Amino acid sequence: MNRPPRIATEAQQGYTFSRRAWLLGAAQIGVGTVLAGRMGWLAIAENERYNLLSESNRVNMTLIPPRRGWLVDRHGNPIADNRTDFRVDLIPDRVVDEERTLAALRQLLALTEEDLLRIRADLKHAAGFQPVKVAENVGWERFAAVQVRQPELPGVAPTRGFARNYPAGAAVAHLTGYVGSATAEQYKQTKNPLFVTPGFKLGKDGLEKTLEDELRGKPGAKRIEVTARGKLVAELATRVDVPGKTQRLTIDAGLQEYAARRLGTNSGSAVVLDCLTGEMLCMVSMPAYDPNSFSDGISQLEWKMLSADDHVPLMNKVTQGLYPPGSTVKPMNGLALLEAGVSPDERVFCGGALRVGSGVFHCHKRRGHGAIDLRGAIAQSCDIYFYEMIRRLGYDRVAPVARAVGLGEKYDLPLAAQRYGTVPDSAWKERKYKTKWTVADSLNSSIGQGYVLANPMQLAVMAMRIASGRMLQPSLLMDKVARNAPALPFSAENLRVVREGMWKVVNGGGTGGASRLHIPGVELAAKTGTAQVRRITMAERRSGVLSNAQLPFKLRDHALFVCFAPVENPRYAASIVLEHNGHTVRNLDTPLIGRDIMTYLFDKERALKSLAEVEPTWGGDIRTRMAAQEAAYRATTTAAAAAQAVATETDAPAPTRARAVEQATDASNAAQEATVSDIGNGVGPASVGTTEPSEPQ
Amino acid sequence: MIGPSFVPAPVARLPWRMLILVIAIASFGLVILYSAAGGSVRPWALSQGIRFVVFLSGALLIARIPEDVWRQAALPGYVLIVALLFAVELLGAVRGGSQRWLDLGFIRLQPSEVMKPAIVLACARFYELLPPNETRRFGAIWPAALLIALPAGLVMLQPDLGTALMITSGGLTVMFLAGVPLRLFVGGALALAVAAPLAVNFLLHDYQRNRVLIFMDPESDPLGTGYHISQSKIAIGSGGMTGKGFLHGTQSHLDYLPEGHTDFVFATMAEEWGVLGGLFIIVAYLMVIRWGINVGLQAQSRFAKLAAAGLATTIFFYVAINLAMVMGLAPVVGIPLPLVSFGGSAQMTVFVCLGILMSIDRSNRVEKSW
Repeated sequence: MNRPPRIATEAQQGYTFSRRAWLLGAAQIGVGTVLAGRMGWLAIAENERYNLLSESNRVNMTLIPPRRGWLVDRHGNPIADNRTDFRVDLIPDRVVDEERTLAALRQLLALTEEDLLRIRADLKHAAGFQPVKVAENVGWERFAAVQVRQPELPGVAPTRGFARNYPAGAAVAHLTGYVGSATAEQYKQTKNPLFVTPGFKLGKDGLEKTLEDELRGKPGAKRIEVTARGKLVAELATRVDVPGKTQRLTIDAGLQEYAARRLGTNSGSAVVLDCLTGEMLCMVSMPAYDPNSFSDGISQLEWKMLSADDHVPLMNKVTQGLYPPGSTVKPMNGLALLEAGVSPDERVFCGGALRVGSGVFHCHKRRGHGAIDLRGAIAQSCDIYFYEMIRRLGYDRVAPVARAVGLGEKYDLPLAAQRYGTVPDSAWKERKYKTKWTVADSLNSSIGQGYVLANPMQLAVMAMRIASGRMLQPSLLMDKVARNAPALPFSAENLRVVREGMWKVVNGGGTGGASRLHIPGVELAAKTGTAQVRRITMAERRSGVLSNAQLPFKLRDHALFVCFAPVENPRYAASIVLEHNGHTVRNLDTPLIGRDIMTYLFDKERALKSLAEVEPTWGGDIRTRMAAQEAAYRATTTAAAAAQAVATETDAPAPTRARAVEQATDASNAAQEATVSDIGNGVGPASVGTTEPSEPQ
Repeated sequence: MIGPSFVPAPVARLPWRMLILVIAIASFGLVILYSAAGGSVRPWALSQGIRFVVFLSGALLIARIPEDVWRQAALPGYVLIVALLFAVELLGAVRGGSQRWLDLGFIRLQPSEVMKPAIVLACARFYELLPPNETRRFGAIWPAALLIALPAGLVMLQPDLGTALMITSGGLTVMFLAGVPLRLFVGGALALAVAAPLAVNFLLHDYQRNRVLIFMDPESDPLGTGYHISQSKIAIGSGGMTGKGFLHGTQSHLDYLPEGHTDFVFATMAEEWGVLGGLFIIVAYLMVIRWGINVGLQAQSRFAKLAAAGLATTIFFYVAINLAMVMGLAPVVGIPLPLVSFGGSAQMTVFVCLGILMSIDRSNRVEKSW
């Protein structure tokens, strides 16, 4: 300051400037410190997080879907395995020109119009990252052709992977279920990137679904370094997948397929259990869908065809089908009578009808069986014997026995959809209908009609428990077989009497003579049954009840059959339930089907020979018939309808949850209600008695 | 700072400490650009290096211009540049959605860039001309406010929010240094703090509001507008203390970091050099700016004081806004990091600022040596 001082305000001004310049400098250092601090926060405190983000930027991990664990039968034969699969997918986000790409793919892969409709629908619904299946199970040459043209078709992803394979096809459909791509909801719920990996499939139904955790395995990963534009820079280490665990089932694959074929054109089910352990040797519900094509994703046309079929191929009848068990409960009734102190030798006179109150209840044999004892009543399926005895005893004494042998019970099985029916008694009716139990209720229940409902699995368990005298539990997984089942709380002598009655059904001039085994030293014990599903009006009764052959399919009687063999030392028990069979075709009726399935267990050759003789009479094996049915259905459906009917493989519901199944269930419930409503009038099914498959031989 | 006797006096009298810092920052910038190009001097490092030499020489020439020339040219220059801004508005070239350039055939001019130092000089000149006893009156405020608002408004029309912000900040800084009552600044800051959220909620369009919200939480929209900030933070954050090593940055080399050689060059640097590299740049710049403020503190004339501190602060705003932006503390406004980011405009502006600062510094010494 060597100049002369200016006016005071100027000096003040200089002072203000210096002060503010210092302040400014300090503020700048402050801001610099904040910036340095921010940088330290990002790079030191949050370093780990940003490192991770940087890595996930840099490294593009492509998951390799794990190989799914096999389902094998008790002998180790595959029921569901994996085959090499060449597949082509579309990644919607990367597709540049959809029309051009689809046109090229159509030509390369020989896609049909239906395929294209499905792909377009899937593309529309798909989230950008979720691959859309173009084709699976592509032949090597077509696959190679797509690979060659991949560079000019962005978004097209040819991959080599594994696909689920069910060697027995439809025969195991309701046992295994099937697999399919995860739905958008499933992905949203779990955020599991595996769910959107092309080629990954998870269980949608049956064992595939319930055993999903064991079967899935752990995905492998291909790690590549990529630029922001997705250009590959380097391949990093690849992690191999851990295949899912093989699950060994108690099923005998051979028997399963045999039973499925032997059911023929029936809409029915067959269950075979091991009387020593409770292991399930077969569990068949036919007709069924082909799980192979379901796993590939089916078209709406196929779905419609399956839904419209009155044989309900989408329903697992073994666990979802509920039927009035009809006369198959008579051995169980007999057991209840014996346990209540009825002598097996006490006779009841059957004159063909029984008057109770204002109603008249008939036996299926209009002329009557004459004086008949317990064994005879089981063998001849005499209705009057059981009406009379249970009228005396009351059904409340029978119901506990029914429950003990497995009716109304839910089993611990890895099957998603189990419906377990009803064992009625007075308390149940009071609860449900707020009305008193009547004698008519007892009589209807005594012939397995009215309120009584059971699924085929329960009927097989009933046969197994009566045969073995033990509270065996059915099992489906080899490592979950329950050993050391306790004895039934019934006297061995009483069980023996009932078993003798069942022996007489087949071997003592009873109603099941046709099912006699032609195997030396092995005798079958059985009980036949028929369940009425319609209401028979008074008018019809007067003019004569219509025969099953005269009725439309849906109104025909169900045919039921329970059996075990060999009689002395029971080894296998089975139940066969045929919906609306009506006992119209001998070869397709329960006794012969039961005979052949049981024969398979003791003499495979003979059983196969028998099948070879009869199978051509109903149009050949399962595959042939399914192909013929589909061709016929296609022929009747116009192309326009097919164009509308575009399904995606992910939005089809699981078969056992399909609407068609619900509708079938509703229909059978309605039938049940119809017959039950007659009971209120003092009549009901019992007033016409049971109908039996064959005349005593 | 007088060197050995064999060094010619004009060279020895140069502010070497500042020049060495500037050369160090720019050289580091060239190293970063070399890496950003994947280990190549092309296309960025080489041309940037040449430009640096040219601009540095230009700054040394500017330093020879006497302080008084700046004083006399301040207001006419300001008027000329405002006229050019009008010209840009009328016939300027549109690039990348905004109209910033004036194509004169042989040279492309960006008048808004030159306005950054020009507004400082114009305001400094205005307050020099203002009688000291007027400083705390309204007459000290409205002309300056007008001086600032006119170019800032024209630049906003282009639209170029970043530059408008810098012009306003530069002008306000000079007003602050000139002694305009502090309560105006405090009150203005408070009013802004209140008005900003209201403006965000009621005045902005949806897309503009989204931009502000994305700035607040860039991860919420990682592939949209927030992508730049997200990727920049990932680059800085993953660098750690010492960085991933020269040429080993993945964010920049694999193109995840957008604008890795221009506005986001700091992130490219931070990924490879870590916090240490960042501290170097921050500290070096603060020292350069401190030198500039000291030039102002030592200056004799009111114009020189205000101009020097204002120009130093202009450099500070460049650096601070850019760093705040790449670290996710400010919205993406397109302000490059001078001397480091590839590109000529910002570099030129900074060297103009440094040249004028050196010129003022020179007259300080001359006056002192008398």
